[in-house]
Amino acid sequence: MQIVSQVIFFIALGFAIYLFSRRALGIRRNILLGRDVALNDQPAARWKNLLLLAFGQKKMFRNPMVAVLHFFVYAGFVIINIEILEIVIDGLAGTHRIFAPVLGSLYGVLIGCFEILAALVAISCAIFLVRRNIIKLKRFISKDLNGWPRSDANYILITEIVLMVLFLTMNTADQALQARGAEHYVLTSDFWITGNFAPLLAGLSDSALVAIERGAWWLHILGVLAFLNYLPFSKHLHIILAFPNAYFADLRPKGKMENMPEIQQEVLYAMQPELAPTTPSETVPKFGAKDIQDLTWKNLLDAYACTECGRCSAACPATQTGKALSPRLIMMKTRDRAEEVGRGQAEGKTLLRDYITEEELRACTTCNACVQECPVSINPLHIILQMRRHLVMEESSAPQEWNMMFSNIENNMAPWKFSPDDRDAWIQQ
Amino acid sequence: MQIKTMAEYFANGETPEVLFWVGCAGSFDQRAQKITRAFAEILTKTGIQFAILGKEEACTGDPARRAGNEFLFQMMAYNNIQVLNNYAVKTIVTACPHCFNTFKNEYPQLGGTYEVIHHATYLQQLIDGGRIKMKEGGTFKGKKITYHDSCYLGRANGIYEAPRQVLETLDAELVEMKRCKSKGLCCGAGGAQMFKEEEKGSTRINFERGHEAVSTGASVIASNCPFCMTMLTDGVKEAGKEEEVKVMDIAEMIVQNMQ
Repeated sequence: MQIVSQVIFFIALGFAIYLFSRRALGIRRNILLGRDVALNDQPAARWKNLLLLAFGQKKMFRNPMVAVLHFFVYAGFVIINIEILEIVIDGLAGTHRIFAPVLGSLYGVLIGCFEILAALVAISCAIFLVRRNIIKLKRFISKDLNGWPRSDANYILITEIVLMVLFLTMNTADQALQARGAEHYVLTSDFWITGNFAPLLAGLSDSALVAIERGAWWLHILGVLAFLNYLPFSKHLHIILAFPNAYFADLRPKGKMENMPEIQQEVLYAMQPELAPTTPSETVPKFGAKDIQDLTWKNLLDAYACTECGRCSAACPATQTGKALSPRLIMMKTRDRAEEVGRGQAEGKTLLRDYITEEELRACTTCNACVQECPVSINPLHIILQMRRHLVMEESSAPQEWNMMFSNIENNMAPWKFSPDDRDAWIQQ
Repeated sequence: MQIKTMAEYFANGETPEVLFWVGCAGSFDQRAQKITRAFAEILTKTGIQFAILGKEEACTGDPARRAGNEFLFQMMAYNNIQVLNNYAVKTIVTACPHCFNTFKNEYPQLGGTYEVIHHATYLQQLIDGGRIKMKEGGTFKGKKITYHDSCYLGRANGIYEAPRQVLETLDAELVEMKRCKSKGLCCGAGGAQMFKEEEKGSTRINFERGHEAVSTGASVIASNCPFCMTMLTDGVKEAGKEEEVKVMDIAEMIVQNMQ
């Protein structure tokens, strides 16, 4: 009997790891569809961002109450995973709480800590559900999240609560069984939370307790493996990608736009023809971004790292005044399009127009509020500006007023139609 | 006002302390010209040797670049850098945060490296260095002032404190809007929006910001950018408060109250 459960466990674990790896490689391939860009300079600054922004969740603390709750969920989730290690070893080896005899009294302390974290995770997730569904914070009821994204967020929170409750149930039954000296159940010190609840199960038979303990144990670990595979299809992927995203975050001042060396060269040759190469280059360069392949791989990593929290859009002047633009949607649409291209369904569509409209792109004031707010170092503005470059330079698509502004700058050296000779007229007035 | 150009300094074999980059708005926009004159007056009064480029000045290319026209931006940058480097310009002061940002962050990669100072920071330095001395009991004493962070000085370049320190010398009561500093709401002009009609929405961005500024109860909205100036002035007008609430550049506020 024991061997059967070990085999089932082995198959479940192997299958989960296989599926997750396949999906992870698929996402990696999708991200690398983006154009190359070197983001390995200044490693010290990058590690600092990783520590402060990802591990320390610095930006979350712009709202301390939410930051603390989120930190419980994050720390709880990460640290309780140490317990998963024991569960996996037990599952494969057919043992029970294999670390207990090894760690002695320390074991009870560790599990006690895990239990407190588990309770905090469950409570925090419940509060988050209330914020989303009962208090209805503006950024959560936004139309951006209509359909799957809104359900996704709720599924994640509910799953986390269920997993934590299963973990605590399993421990409670375990403590009750230990108290009865049941065979196979190693005696540990009292667990800090479930130790207090074990007496409530006193009326149950040994076999019922074992059924509860085993049932919770299996549901918990199978739930964890299922959740592992839900993760890469969901906004919850941010728990992994927030880390590389912080490391590869833009280190330039926010006001600095990406330079286009090919155009810089072009202008230099126009101004100083003697510098121009005698043989014209074979390749016709593409300017700006029309589809995800024109964006950088960091833009696509951004899209996969986005957890759709909407802090960007809540701060965006365009979104706040009812424009079509929402930076969160820019990221969600980029991810959707990357998925579509990754599935081999690229044909006949592009990120521009089929996903992101000109109206959205035009509404941006480049104010950097979205970049400032993002807790996981996403830069929606970079995508918007690359797409604007495509519109203007590849399609000559600009509002008439912008075309006038361009021609004024070109001819009068100012965006308005004034004579350059009057530039110093302010002195005389 | 007697203001010398870079060419005049150069002809006399002299070098000014700073180049005052006026910018297009500061040169041509009637309201912004007042800011330019105020700042030039401060420089003159404090005895700073400064020059302007005059007719040799041209748009930095910021609105073109942000609208997506990189070719035009690169053309403007090339020409401006030629002019600035020919005069061996070391230090640029400007009252426009967009020009400031372009010089500071974008020209160095294209061969134009200068010390670039926005006038908010420059005024703070002049005050700290004792070159600007304020009158006792100036015109803003005890009045409520709110300060609007421009995006290109604030978030883009992290300058939040210098303009506030300048305003503190006015003995006024500085009240903050809810959305201030790194959470500041844009006036709606950046990213070349100044030069086109806004997309359709529930309201205009400058109306939203105008209302927010007016609701602080301040009698003066202090700004540091000629585009914010235009936007906020319209926003205040829309809120029906143009009689009670003035939008002023920090340079205008200082020049009124310096000795």
